Amino acid sequence: MTCECNQNKKWELLEPTLEAYAGVAGSLIAILQKAQELYGWLPIELIAHIARRTGIKPAKVMGVVTFYAQFRTKPVGKHLILLCQGTACHVNGSGGIEEAIRERLAVEEGEITPDGLFTYNNVACLGCCSLSPVMMIGEKTYGNLTKESVLRILKDIAEQEEAL
Amino acid sequence: MRVTVGKGSCGIAAGAADVYQALEAGLQNTGHELLTTGCIGMCYLEPIVNVDERVFVKVTKEAAGELLKYILGEENQAERYLIPREDLDNLNGQQRIALKNCGLINPEDIEEYIAREGYEAIKKCVGSLTPEQVIEEIKLSGLSGRGGAGFPTWFKWNAARASAGEKKYVICNADEGDPGAFMDRAVIEGDPHALIEGMLIAAYAIGSDEGIVYVRAEYPLAIVRLELALEQARACGCLGQHIFGGDFCFDIRIKAGAGAFVCGEETALIASLEGERGMPRLKPPFPAQKGCWQKPSNINNVETYANVPWILRNGGAAFAALGTENSKGTKVFALTGKIAKGGLAEVPMGQTVGEVVFGVGGGIKNGRALKAVQMGGPSGGCIPAELCDTPIDYRSLAATGAIMGSGGMVVMDDSTCMVDMARFFLDFTCKESCGKCIHCRIGNRRMLEILERICKGEGLDGDIELLSDLAFQIKEGSLCALGQTAPNPVLTTLRYFRNEYEDHIFRKKCTARQCKPLLTYSISGKCTGCTLCARKCPVGAISGTVKQPHAIDSDKCTKCGKCAEICRFGAVEVE
Ligand SMILES: Cc1cc2nc3c(=O)[nH]c(=O)nc-3n(C[C@H](O)[C@H](O)[C@H](O)COP(=O)(O)O)c2cc1C
Ligand code: FES
Repeated sequence: MTCECNQNKKWELLEPTLEAYAGVAGSLIAILQKAQELYGWLPIELIAHIARRTGIKPAKVMGVVTFYAQFRTKPVGKHLILLCQGTACHVNGSGGIEEAIRERLAVEEGEITPDGLFTYNNVACLGCCSLSPVMMIGEKTYGNLTKESVLRILKDIAEQEEAL
Repeated sequence: MRVTVGKGSCGIAAGAADVYQALEAGLQNTGHELLTTGCIGMCYLEPIVNVDERVFVKVTKEAAGELLKYILGEENQAERYLIPREDLDNLNGQQRIALKNCGLINPEDIEEYIAREGYEAIKKCVGSLTPEQVIEEIKLSGLSGRGGAGFPTWFKWNAARASAGEKKYVICNADEGDPGAFMDRAVIEGDPHALIEGMLIAAYAIGSDEGIVYVRAEYPLAIVRLELALEQARACGCLGQHIFGGDFCFDIRIKAGAGAFVCGEETALIASLEGERGMPRLKPPFPAQKGCWQKPSNINNVETYANVPWILRNGGAAFAALGTENSKGTKVFALTGKIAKGGLAEVPMGQTVGEVVFGVGGGIKNGRALKAVQMGGPSGGCIPAELCDTPIDYRSLAATGAIMGSGGMVVMDDSTCMVDMARFFLDFTCKESCGKCIHCRIGNRRMLEILERICKGEGLDGDIELLSDLAFQIKEGSLCALGQTAPNPVLTTLRYFRNEYEDHIFRKKCTARQCKPLLTYSISGKCTGCTLCARKCPVGAISGTVKQPHAIDSDKCTKCGKCAEICRFGAVEVE
């Protein structure tokens, strides 16, 4: 059995957040968001840790985690591609863009490429509908995508990574 | 000179940040002012740069060089990037209330908002109006909710005011779930103080000291800009304790959503604010009676609040003078899809669908034919081209089977398959159903399965009747509006495009050529035998010798469409 102080140590980055929200009702989602920002995803031990520290039942924490699309219980690649499948993007061919991405990365939605660089997720609307089809990688939004431009963008990122 | 670069999310995606950088480097120590603004709504012309009164559009990096020369008074070619006359007329022809400042002021500087009558409305309320008088003014204006249902705003405020209790909340719904709508994002990114002032007025009217803005997780820039605006408002004494030195205290915090469409529904939103799964509950009690933490709460949409300061400054009657008998004021529409001039437009209620699409929208992309306009998102419906003359007001739209919704207008042309659209929306609602009601959770899935089957060419006689029957039951058996309205896209497409369903089911044809399994690929006499398609076909279904017409083996063909895409002679025919 791991002792509690070990767990605190293991997730110490989250400690200030847990302390700031201690006793504040309704802050579970905010804590989970911060945790995911820090660790990239929410491993089961982290979820258990948050449950223990907030006094909320683990099942309930898990319930919230699985309810919201934003929370991930699997790790993701270094570059997370959010591909819009909203109405405007669908009408303008986001389906074909997904095919091109899937073909290029040779993984399914939510999986990591073998080189650890990419994961793609479908989302519904990034709010740039007038530039549809649209995707977001990290902080950057790319609009008016075509199969060619998507492949070029992915290639550029991969090459930059190689140069590092 | 005053140089502004439109840096909303859309502008940035079109390259505005690079343009800004280029201008910044060139204008250092020249005494010219370089500023950021939000989205002016003409997304099809992004990136947009204003130099004093002149508007330059589609400003690429090279164009930025010409603009620099123009600003610095050197010989230049900047003229080429001037906004075309008709686009400028389009912009000036709009009636802007909610978007009044968007794209014109720097959202990161409260002084610019104040310089354009900002925070005067709340000053007037606190200084000379009772809360009842404020509510009366809103009633006079006829303002109704812009978030979807179109409920009279004064009525909600009044109910929240009348509810007993010391603690009350003013909540802003910035979840903007309808995919294809982005006016709320534009307002927060472009004019965040309008939202803050609207919430202040609501707080004064209902007697609240705490506000919360629930912002969609996919809008990181909106969150940053709003956070900054809140800080500046506090620093200027427009927000926080003893606003303008009086007794009125009110502060606002931001809550980032976590990606769930159903959280746009007000009771689900409240559950989410409380850190729970966002599941809707039965109403009554309404949020105005029992909302956040069981306290009376007023929830309005971003655009609703953004109209409020204007109404208080200009009077309710001025707002009511715009629009139609039953729908007052203006509405912001997000024009997307197969539209030539996609973006945001704010026009008085009562213009027809056609006037908006062919007026500000500039008609259909690539000169194709309009087929339908989807309004109201996954809860709405398709308005067919024949009904283009429908005036945009709450009642006329409802009569077509669509709804006003949040103002998203997704335009579709003859290459859009309506059965596929219905399938698309059902797929969306299935993913977003919270699962509480059996009809919504399982009924919608059954409908989706039928639609998928039809799109695959496996539709059966009786499927249309089955869909209609299920739609009726889901509407009856669901607790919240998500389930109650989920069948709408199917019902309206069945109503107006039944022939497309029949083509799919009985003739196994998709006339819009979208449903792959229903297509057949063949090579016509135009083929020159260049062999490109044969080399590129991933499954080796194409054969032929050099300089001779090729042929496709339809048994091997996976209908991926690659050959049609790459053929330089237009020889691949799709049926
Ligand atoms: C499934 C569902 C999703 C909704 N999504 C939104 C939304 O994203 N934004 C919004 O303002 N209202 C949304 N609404 C409407 C809200 O429940 C509520 O009516 C609205 O926020 C009230 O504000 P208003 O009176 O200013 O329109 C949604 C309703 C339902 C049933
Ligand atoms: S539908 Fe794709 S960005 Fe809105």
